[in-house]
Amino acid sequence: MRHTSTFERVLRGTAITLVILFFMFPIFWIFLMSFQTNETILRVPPSVVFQPTFSNYAALITGKLETAAGSLEINFMRNLWNSLFLSTASVAVGLLLGIPAAYAFGRLKFRGSEDIAFTLLSFRFAPPLLVLLPLTIYFQKLGLADTYFGLIWVYQLIVLPLILWIVRGYFEDIPADIEYAYRIAGHSWFATFRKVALPLAGPGIAAAGLLAFIFAWNNFIFALVLASADKQPVTVGALAFVTASGIQYGQVAAGIVLSILPTFALALYAQRYLVEGLSLGAVKG
Amino acid sequence: MADIARPKPRKGFRISRGLLPYLLSLPALLACIGILVPFFTAVAYSLQRYRLSQPWARRWNWGENYLNFLSDSSFWNTLKVSLTYAFLTVGVELLLGLGIALLLQKRSRFNNFVSIMLLMPLMTAPALASLMWKLMTNPGFGILSYFASLIGLEDFRWASSPQTAMLTVVLVDVWVYTPFIMILLLAGLRSLPQQPFEAAALDGVPRLFVFWRITLPMLTPFLLTATLFRVIESIQQFDIIYAMTQGGPGDRLTVFQVEAYLNFFQSTNVGRSAALLMILWAITYFLSNVFIKNWLKLREKQRGDI
Repeated sequence: MRHTSTFERVLRGTAITLVILFFMFPIFWIFLMSFQTNETILRVPPSVVFQPTFSNYAALITGKLETAAGSLEINFMRNLWNSLFLSTASVAVGLLLGIPAAYAFGRLKFRGSEDIAFTLLSFRFAPPLLVLLPLTIYFQKLGLADTYFGLIWVYQLIVLPLILWIVRGYFEDIPADIEYAYRIAGHSWFATFRKVALPLAGPGIAAAGLLAFIFAWNNFIFALVLASADKQPVTVGALAFVTASGIQYGQVAAGIVLSILPTFALALYAQRYLVEGLSLGAVKG
Repeated sequence: MADIARPKPRKGFRISRGLLPYLLSLPALLACIGILVPFFTAVAYSLQRYRLSQPWARRWNWGENYLNFLSDSSFWNTLKVSLTYAFLTVGVELLLGLGIALLLQKRSRFNNFVSIMLLMPLMTAPALASLMWKLMTNPGFGILSYFASLIGLEDFRWASSPQTAMLTVVLVDVWVYTPFIMILLLAGLRSLPQQPFEAAALDGVPRLFVFWRITLPMLTPFLLTATLFRVIESIQQFDIIYAMTQGGPGDRLTVFQVEAYLNFFQSTNVGRSAALLMILWAITYFLSNVFIKNWLKLREKQRGDI
């Protein structure tokens, strides 16, 4: 390869260091903040030297916020649970609806299949509020307001296109001959789908599910518009928490840490598939 | 080949064969048709004079909401703010993302580690990212406010000052979404064929020339897809801005979706809110058509490579 000068190596090193600093610092800082009390947070100048405390996490987990003015009930655990439940249920429903459809679009091309697939894809790009605002009125009429069911349904707007287009690619990649051979051996269509196509597309299905989970977890606007206080996920809950807790910054930081840890863990686990998922199946990582 | 001689063994299969794909995709379709209903409702709202506070005065006024926009300075402000936001965020993210992708291009343990680490902001919910930056830019104890004061910017007020509010939300957006562009371009760079680069190296072609004439043209499909993807999302940005300032200070950051949200829930002007969203939808519809064409081309190409 080319000869690289010392000057260039120093330049590259500096650039990478700056990049890492910029992208990692906020996470690092909030993480530190979550182990501090207001007393150390409010110090001027700020310092990274402090006596770490778990009181913020303890307050969030027990749901009792001790302030100077007295004790305050907080429901952050409820928000975490809502996030977990909404995301898991949405992904489950999305997989149930999306995998057969992906198979139909990917393998059994039919008249109008491309049009339908693209219509579903275009939902991914439409402004969510356009649908959400009328839905608030409909949900009230249908009795879906303030239900998990209504939210899970709306979450399909982001979950379904993702699952559909990633899994479809995996079905397309399975050589048709394999399925054909199995069919000729006398197996039904369904057996072929279950025994051949599904296992072969397995990694794609897992990746799509994990990514859909991350997207559902990180969603803010659906729940902000449609969910009442006791159905709110962490993204909305954390924002409300800021006003509710007044000036308990350590607890806010701890809440943020608890809310982003699950997605970090999943992303680390699914990193091989992230590129593919983020490009909706267009680019392989 | 063998199946020509052997008749298909299954009975009754032929009947369902034509229907099967429809049956399989029907549940997904039904779930989404439910979404189309509110879409058409929104179209109807946008053609009505409709305020939640005055339900008795609700009537069709056809294009009046749209016509009013022409002389409505706050609409033009919304358009301007949205376009500025999209242009600034995508511009910075593209340059930065390309730069980082080039830095990390070589496959090495360290580079892979860094690229995975850089994905963390992207995995942070944008609303929570805003909250993190809010804590860091707090005038009382925010570390960034402290840094600003160190370099002589006393009383730098970040998102709460009209002069720097845009800068602050753009910064958060850049923090969250640069890794998106970076990782797509990195995948693109690493998938490029090596021969042209080897040939150029043998001939001693200057590296800047290689970048402009070989790397960039070959990377174009990836750049286009990443850019369009981001423009479509950025022009609709809601989470970051709403979580940071709710569109303020004043109307400094009232982008389309934030303005529509405030119109609906605060001034309860459903008609205007829906008309705003329809205009945003028209813009994104146009962009997403361009996007899908590019995206498909890239998809075909990538699948062909395997």
